Amino acid sequence: MSFPDPTETFRQEARELLEQLELGLLDLEQNPANDDLINSTFRALHTIKGSGAMFGFTAVAAFVHEFETAFDQVRKGNSPATSELIAVALDAKDHIHKLIEQPDAPQAGGEAILDALRIAIAGTDVVDAPTEVETPEPVAAPAKGNRWRIRFRLPPDALVYGTNPLLLLDEIKAIGPCTILALTDTIPPLDTIDPEVPYMGWQVDLTADDPRAAIDDVFLFLKDGMELSVEPLSEVEIAAPAPAEAQPEPVAAPEPKPVAAPAKATKAPKAPKPVVEKEPPASAAASSSMRVDAERLDELMDRVGELVIAQARLTQIAAMSSDGNLKTIAEELERLSSGLRDTTMGIRMVPIGTLFSRFRRLVHDLSRDLDKDIDFITSGEDTELDKTMIERLADPLVHLIRNSVDHGLEPAEKRLAAGKSAKGTVRLSAVYAGAEVAISVTDDGAGLNAERIRAKAEEAGLLAPDAKIADQDLWQMIFAPGFSTAKEVTSLSGRGVGMDVVKRTIDGLRGSIDVATTPGSGSTMTLRLPLTLAIIDGMLVRVGNGRYTIPLAAVEECVELPEGIEANARGRNFLDIRGSLVPFLRLREVFGTRAPADPHQKVVIVSSGEGRVGLVVDQIIGNNQTVIKQLSKLHSSIKSFSGATILGDGTVALILDTAHLVQFGQGYVDQGRAA
Amino acid sequence: MTATETSSMKALTLRLQDELFAVEAGSVREILDLVPITEVPNASPFVSGLINVRGRVVPLADLRVMFGMDRPEPDEDTRIVVMEVDIDGEPTVAGILADKVHDVTDIEAASIEEAPRVGMRWRPEFIRGIGKRNGGFIIIPDLGRIFETQGARTASPAASEERSAS
Repeated sequence: MSFPDPTETFRQEARELLEQLELGLLDLEQNPANDDLINSTFRALHTIKGSGAMFGFTAVAAFVHEFETAFDQVRKGNSPATSELIAVALDAKDHIHKLIEQPDAPQAGGEAILDALRIAIAGTDVVDAPTEVETPEPVAAPAKGNRWRIRFRLPPDALVYGTNPLLLLDEIKAIGPCTILALTDTIPPLDTIDPEVPYMGWQVDLTADDPRAAIDDVFLFLKDGMELSVEPLSEVEIAAPAPAEAQPEPVAAPEPKPVAAPAKATKAPKAPKPVVEKEPPASAAASSSMRVDAERLDELMDRVGELVIAQARLTQIAAMSSDGNLKTIAEELERLSSGLRDTTMGIRMVPIGTLFSRFRRLVHDLSRDLDKDIDFITSGEDTELDKTMIERLADPLVHLIRNSVDHGLEPAEKRLAAGKSAKGTVRLSAVYAGAEVAISVTDDGAGLNAERIRAKAEEAGLLAPDAKIADQDLWQMIFAPGFSTAKEVTSLSGRGVGMDVVKRTIDGLRGSIDVATTPGSGSTMTLRLPLTLAIIDGMLVRVGNGRYTIPLAAVEECVELPEGIEANARGRNFLDIRGSLVPFLRLREVFGTRAPADPHQKVVIVSSGEGRVGLVVDQIIGNNQTVIKQLSKLHSSIKSFSGATILGDGTVALILDTAHLVQFGQGYVDQGRAA
Repeated sequence: MTATETSSMKALTLRLQDELFAVEAGSVREILDLVPITEVPNASPFVSGLINVRGRVVPLADLRVMFGMDRPEPDEDTRIVVMEVDIDGEPTVAGILADKVHDVTDIEAASIEEAPRVGMRWRPEFIRGIGKRNGGFIIIPDLGRIFETQGARTASPAASEERSAS
């Protein structure tokens, strides 16, 4: 276990905050007057600034500070959140993202974005333009070696939050040669002193080039509550004495106990320091969730998997024993471990809304780049999926949405000509469907063009000319590598890479893709995915001496293999299941089992998508909880198995990849038809 | 040669048939008595099995296949050496079947010689070097190479579906 890299922690946090920021901005575009949204956006900015500075991302902090300053005008109601403003703010957000991900790479364009931001704000803010307030005339940069007077007082809670004025002074000293003067004028009499309040102020006369940026850095954290002024010193002022009422006490090197500073100042004026206007602390609303390393969750899942296996063994032993106590405790443990398993799996489940929200920005940008007006509607955000699955779904969905927007939706003129509204609609939805989740991307565009797909497939040699093919199979052609019907390659889609990657990713998740399309009124791509990758219900079967698990969700029914078929010649492997012909595979043959066959063989009918296939086994042992373990690279090329699991007796059993076996079995059907 | 600074290699010695082999002790996780082995249909004989190592499913490799040795049934001396090997750059835990496990020993780097290109029964690329100890030879197999070759071989799509007619 190594220490987490704090920088990485910051990055992670910042990523989330930026996401929050982006969502806030997008929501704000829809709902520009919503104070809650403005405030939450502002808070996200503020937190990024604070923690950015803490972890040494000074460029980030500086940039965000300016961003925040500009955005403050929106918060104060001086400037409305126009869509131009939102667009610039989104660019600014992207810029922050770049600054955070590549802190070392020079990031140009920051100033330009800030300028655009100021213009966007000032453009609608004719009455007063206090935007620049915090950066006092930066143009009039004084000459080299100029003298500056910095006066500051810390916020009253600065000491409570662990600010050490000494260190701040040290930082200022590092900027250039300076004289430091303590301003003791606001220190109250001893008996009214709160030792936790910094009553003192400081005045620093500094010789340096324009130090304002550096000073800003020093006080980055405290800025909100403190008084700070940085002014160039004219010769006259230098000559003038320090404020008369204060006891001039030049502290060249302020080493002595600064925290106790209030105590030593006894003869100060009575007036306590006026309470500085203070902004609420930037901490996000106390949340009851915590961040856990994904690896630990995987580890936990592994442990629970082991527990489930150990418990299965105990149950087995208890069943053979006559000891009542043992039986009781075995049952108790079974109950507990199944509860623990469900809870653990629940922890890994993440609502898919976290993924959906990312696509709003995508559609927003696509809409702008392609000049298509798009309604993006999402539903089923609270549908939960295993977290690994969610992560791996992001890219495929990006492809599908891009395709819908780029290829699916027609330009406005064409839509109007076809009697549709100029504004296109893209829907993204998720629903539970049995043990699966179906995620669909629907557009109301032109639909898939069967002829073009066919022509393209023939051209690419995927399809023999004038071969008969069902529509459903034709649609699947778009997932073939290198297949793209886009006449022009755009930067967004149409390179023909993507759909095959989508297909492969979904296959890897043990899912499938359905395509439905109606010419002229749009198409729907539906991804069907298992709920979890970690634990499934399985049916344990025996083939020869080997035991195998079949995912129960795929099992339709089990029948006995009729004796007559057994005697039939090879290659005519079909079963009549209530009138429909189902091909079957003898797993003994597929696996090359040498052990003698059982006299009464069983057939497990499994389905996947459209197809069905019967798997002939020697024995059906029963149902079991199957903790899925991935096969190593050494075995990943063996397609008949999707993984392995550990049985109650500690041995390993392979999990059959039903989708693959169905496909394999369907091959029999085609052969059968051809014959 | 990944000789350590002390210019010797800490190695676990094990016997496969009549030959003594040495594997780097640092990558050995544990040594197990024989456990039930689950056969993977259609897998190559080199990694034909899976075992359960503390709740993990681990592939079991039989180096004897790669060195063209006889493969008698396991006996009371048979052990499984659980090791970490790199397969195409991915660290993978794998078990290696050994007819007998001897001891952990230091092999002087100076005594390790390159495998001769000729006059050897085995494919030279599978051997990293040959060490000497007590007048005998110790073969240091190149596990990375052996497992990599394996990955390349099973990657051929035909291997999985062809059933052995028996």
